[in-house]
Amino acid sequence: MILHELLGYDVLRVIWWLLLGVLLVCFAVTDGFDLGAAALLRATGKTDVERRVVINTIGPIWEGNQVWLILGGGAIFAAWPQLYAISFSGFYMAMFAALVCLILRPVAFKFRSKREGAAWRNRWDWVLCLCGWGPALVFGVAMGNVLLGVPFRLADDMRIYYDGSFFALFSPFAVLCGLVSVSMLLMHGAAWLVFKTEGAVQARATRWGLIAAVLTTLLYATAGVWLAKLSGYALTEAMTTTGPSNPLLKSAALGQGAWMANYAKQPLLWIVPALGVAMPLLAALGMKLRREWLGLLSSGLAIAGIVLSVGVSMFPFILPSSVNPQFSLMVWDASSSHLTLFIMLVCAIIFLPLILAYTSWVYSIMRGKVSPDEIAQGKGHAY
Amino acid sequence: MDLDIVDLSRLQFAITALYHFLFVPLTIGLAVIVAIMETVYVMTGRTIWRDMTKFWGVLFGINFAMGVATGVVMEFQFGMNWSYYSHYVGDIFGAPLAIEGLMAFFLEATFVGLFFFGWDRMTKLQHLAATWLVAIGSNFSALWILIANGWMQNPVGAAFNPQTMRMEVNDFFAVLTNPVAQAKFVHTVSAGYTVASIFVLGISAWYLLKGRHVALAKRSMTVAASFGLAASLSVVVLGDESGYLSSEHQKMKLAAIEAMWETEPAPAAFTAVGIPDSAARETHYAVHIPWVMGLIGTRSLNTEIPGINDLVLGAQDRITSGIKAYDALQTIRSFKKPADVPADVVTTFEDHGANLGYALLLMRYTDDPRKATSAQIEQAAADTVPPVGPLFWSFRIMVALGMFFIALTATFFVLSARHKLDAYPWLLKLAVLAIPLPWIAAECGWIVAELGRQPWIIEGVLPTAMAVSNLGAGTVLFTIAVFVAIYTVMFGIEMVLMRKAILKGPVEESEPHLSAYTQKLVDAYSGK
Repeated sequence: MILHELLGYDVLRVIWWLLLGVLLVCFAVTDGFDLGAAALLRATGKTDVERRVVINTIGPIWEGNQVWLILGGGAIFAAWPQLYAISFSGFYMAMFAALVCLILRPVAFKFRSKREGAAWRNRWDWVLCLCGWGPALVFGVAMGNVLLGVPFRLADDMRIYYDGSFFALFSPFAVLCGLVSVSMLLMHGAAWLVFKTEGAVQARATRWGLIAAVLTTLLYATAGVWLAKLSGYALTEAMTTTGPSNPLLKSAALGQGAWMANYAKQPLLWIVPALGVAMPLLAALGMKLRREWLGLLSSGLAIAGIVLSVGVSMFPFILPSSVNPQFSLMVWDASSSHLTLFIMLVCAIIFLPLILAYTSWVYSIMRGKVSPDEIAQGKGHAY
Repeated sequence: MDLDIVDLSRLQFAITALYHFLFVPLTIGLAVIVAIMETVYVMTGRTIWRDMTKFWGVLFGINFAMGVATGVVMEFQFGMNWSYYSHYVGDIFGAPLAIEGLMAFFLEATFVGLFFFGWDRMTKLQHLAATWLVAIGSNFSALWILIANGWMQNPVGAAFNPQTMRMEVNDFFAVLTNPVAQAKFVHTVSAGYTVASIFVLGISAWYLLKGRHVALAKRSMTVAASFGLAASLSVVVLGDESGYLSSEHQKMKLAAIEAMWETEPAPAAFTAVGIPDSAARETHYAVHIPWVMGLIGTRSLNTEIPGINDLVLGAQDRITSGIKAYDALQTIRSFKKPADVPADVVTTFEDHGANLGYALLLMRYTDDPRKATSAQIEQAAADTVPPVGPLFWSFRIMVALGMFFIALTATFFVLSARHKLDAYPWLLKLAVLAIPLPWIAAECGWIVAELGRQPWIIEGVLPTAMAVSNLGAGTVLFTIAVFVAIYTVMFGIEMVLMRKAILKGPVEESEPHLSAYTQKLVDAYSGK
């Protein structure tokens, strides 16, 4: 196969770095409102019918949304195998906690309304709620740790050694990132509920949405200022962008405020974090004024800005090593082979538009508000 | 028993995979059966077929949720527990997983929502399309995961890159058209259809025995018997062993399944029963059936099937060759620039590189394979024999059950053609009792395929013992305990819900139906 030579190895690596960002944003935006709505289940739904309204707003679509996470996992495995190997094994217990939530969530959806009785349903409501908060927190804390650097080493044969522990993940900065993630997904879940419900549920969602949106801006801005003062990572000599994927060949070091270097080089990039600061406020305004589309859209853009700003700050780093910066994974030395990146790109170009097309079709079929009357009459809703 | 991290990681993977595989075959098969039923509804307009679609759809839904829940674990576990594996082969193995997400998971997960929620929101044809897309999606996912799994059994189209210390793809088309993967796909999908057919057959038989929902049950049985007959014929005739001669270790697996210690002249005899003894390398009390093994294993009368002892000798040679490759690799890696490596070292690596994995088998006994003693080499070669006893028996249970499914579905097929489905109550009882059997067969099949691959995680390339993450044994023990606890509770709930849905039975003439409890909540809500 020579076709793949058409695109340079470095170009493909940048494309896959961008696609990784796209997949993470798609997951955070689509499954984000599922997680957020589940986290707000008990706060916005007070009666059983109201809770079923909340659940049924996400009922028909959460399964498809969760596939963004599964696809993200698969894509990291295929395009960034070392990132997949190191982050998943290093964050073992955190990943496990997120997994437990992700196992319980479909089960809770499916089983909750299959039996009648307040105690049964109440129990599953708590489970659903936990399954919203859990992953939101874990993914945020994980992002925080990526920014701080992860204590991993690589042996000569590329075996991975991780020197950290589960509890060491919860450093103050990482916890702050976790809180950004939680408030951001609460905001998004609320914006979704404002969009999909009416009456009492919508009123409660608006209240929670306003609080979460303002919190998101405050927490995110704080994290940004903190990040500027943190030790980031920087290359200490230029590295080849088309070399073999062997992280041991470069040299890198800690650098005060190094995560700000990209913005100094390219001021246009400030747009990305600016979205993260401004859009939550616009989302709050949208919810307050019952401009439901505006609320949801700005909340989605806020998430995109916040998630992408992590990548933009770190480029070309993907996963810095705090044990020895030389081991850090870079866009230039942690990817799959040239051929694999090319094949996967072809697949992505074919299938991503198809996925977006039929997902939009499903959303349009399921459009409109979920009303308590519909639920009460048992029309067209499964949960 | 001293449990090390390798055993624990394998145990966790086996538990979660076997558990996941309780739900997957039923999802694959039931999706197709439900789609067939809905097709009949759309073509004939008879509402009973819609009721059937909805009823089996409810059971499908309960099962699907469990499949999704346990499936996420599978994908994350490669990175969590098998990080060296993920690094070593991610370049090839990751691609089918990602494509599975792109092509299959999105399809099934997106349209499954429409299947349940969309009845009143779409035209009949649109809904039928959604149902078929769910079925196609779940079958595609089987295709891609088996391309990935087939590559673990027969790693074609890839080569080791000393610069990156991992396997890299050089012929993706070979990965896609891997004969082992193709055989596995047909076999596994047919197994899924068989599982679902026996499931539908058994539950319908129970309704007939109780005299409930007779019309619906009879129609369901007709679909299940005909579909199941085709599927069980396919699962037996197109068995997975058709790919077993394509590579060295597949031959070892075949020999182990047969407990065939010595090479026999073609066509080899089939050992119907016996007691394999791994220590003495012989099978006691063996009952042989002439010719059958040669026919099953090679589909011919004159191809020889090598025995375990000969294969072990072959492995010994490959270990010796692998040590040369390992030595050359260390030299290559000591140079910063690939261009500086002496040509003879490069040639040595090219000549022996294919056996590098065999040298890694020695890592269990020594840190440096180059310093291995001849006793260690012999030991490592002996390690290439997978556990013969479990393979021998799992295979026989699976095959016996497969034959039984053919007989059972054929019987009901004939009864259905003669309109005598409820004529023989003892046959109906047999069908009810048969419900769990296809799961036993499917799990045995998994054991044959994956236990038979040991000691390799990627055949001939990477030993299982080297592939694990460096995690504490306590950590993995803890996650095993939590997985088992959650899975057990979930399994219990699933059984309760399935039983409840089956006892409740199909809702015929599906009018919006309010239970007393829901009515109470509605009244409370509207202030009555």
